[in-house]
Amino acid sequence: MEKATENAKNPAPAAPVKLLGSWASSYTHRVQLALRLKGLEFEYKEEDLGSKSEELLRLNPVHKKVPVLVHGGRALPESVVILQYLDDAWPETRPLLPADAFDRALARFWCHFADDKLGPAVGAVFASTGEEQEAAVRQVHENLALLEAELRDGAFRGRRFFGGDEVGFLDVVLGCGSYWLAVFEEVTGARLVDADAFPLFHAWLRDFEALDDVRETIPAVDRLLEYARGVRHMLLGLAGAGGAANPADEAPVAAPPAAATDIAVDI
Amino acid sequence: MAGEKRKGLQLLDFWVSPFGQRCRIALDEKALPYEYLEQDLGNKSELLIRSNPVHKKIPVLVHDGRPVCESLIIVQYIDEAFSSSSSLLPSDPYARAQARFWADYIDKKVYDCGTRLWKTKGEPQQQARKEMVEILKTLEGALGDKPYFGGDEFGFVDVAFVPFTAWFLTYERFGEISVEKECPKLAAWAKRCGERESVKKNLSPPEKVYEFIATLKKKFGIE
Repeated sequence: MEKATENAKNPAPAAPVKLLGSWASSYTHRVQLALRLKGLEFEYKEEDLGSKSEELLRLNPVHKKVPVLVHGGRALPESVVILQYLDDAWPETRPLLPADAFDRALARFWCHFADDKLGPAVGAVFASTGEEQEAAVRQVHENLALLEAELRDGAFRGRRFFGGDEVGFLDVVLGCGSYWLAVFEEVTGARLVDADAFPLFHAWLRDFEALDDVRETIPAVDRLLEYARGVRHMLLGLAGAGGAANPADEAPVAAPPAAATDIAVDI
Repeated sequence: MAGEKRKGLQLLDFWVSPFGQRCRIALDEKALPYEYLEQDLGNKSELLIRSNPVHKKIPVLVHDGRPVCESLIIVQYIDEAFSSSSSLLPSDPYARAQARFWADYIDKKVYDCGTRLWKTKGEPQQQARKEMVEILKTLEGALGDKPYFGGDEFGFVDVAFVPFTAWFLTYERFGEISVEKECPKLAAWAKRCGERESVKKNLSPPEKVYEFIATLKKKFGIE
């Protein structure tokens, strides 16, 4: 990330916004959705993750990943950092994070849970078969049960969305990844979001997916299905060849691969 | 007594945890009184399990009976809930984003790599050594010529990273990495931070960290 120089001024809100992303990346979707929710115009540039552009590598030298937001020439990587930046830089727009400090801490906690626990667990389901997959599915269910409990009797009880009556930070983070759950169920045959076991989570996801802004952001299911089938086929082929390829890692693999490991199974 | 809601601040913590130390430093920087509650991680208390049911880990900050978990989330909470005292995060949106980015980088990289440095031998340890040097150099690059990561003021990223400076000696002895040699600016920054009251008071003495890890190594039968 570029270092802030001593007398560098913050870009004016009106300065152009550009987003480098990848069409199947749920991390990219988070930022696209957030920009849409805030009514912010932006230029979008599709990156080929199998062959990263010089621009991407220059703007995100540390992680070399999408999404990267460029505002007034300054680069911001990491979707969760970007989302908070959008709130800070455009305070007059609809806020993503709640106002209260404790509520913000809760939103951040569950966002970290989504990226640190739930996401990798779903990734493990996607990349495995047989007993290994069964164990991974149990892990996903344990994680979903924790969220279900929060919706039922915990911090988010009685709410339509995690953000309240309207979607917020946690909905965007969790929702864009959870969109993939049905896709993975279809592709792997594993049962992930059981409406009986997780009725509130299931209802929340259904309401999230029904929003216009979400439907305009996330690609059509059949495109996602086709993509996921291809990645799983390749992952299982590699796992057979020797060593489980965990898509949650940045393991360097042969062709198209970087694409897969970067974005295939983020949630 | 049982039904009475606890007022004020309590920190559930473990003495050598760099994550816990971030919180202690932040609380001291904001001059906030709190009750320190040392936890036995081999036999977790009912309070800890109740306060952090998802991860059952320290640190946990309990404020008027409500728990906040995850060290960087706790530090941000302290900054936001007690906003009248000096801020740990800068006010400029881009600078804030940079601070969050680097704190996140530290979280993703330093502890895991450090653990591999003392837990492994042979090829994996060589790999860990290479990675740690790269991580430290990257952070040194982010620091640049500034006195602190945040610029002129000690701030969020400094709080996030400074507890790990107590581990440099351990990295040196078990991992054969000299921070002084590889990253002199980072070593200078560590010394500078070490002069602050909040840091002096809350960091574990490097020799104690080393002893702790040496004991763990014996326990796990490593080396």
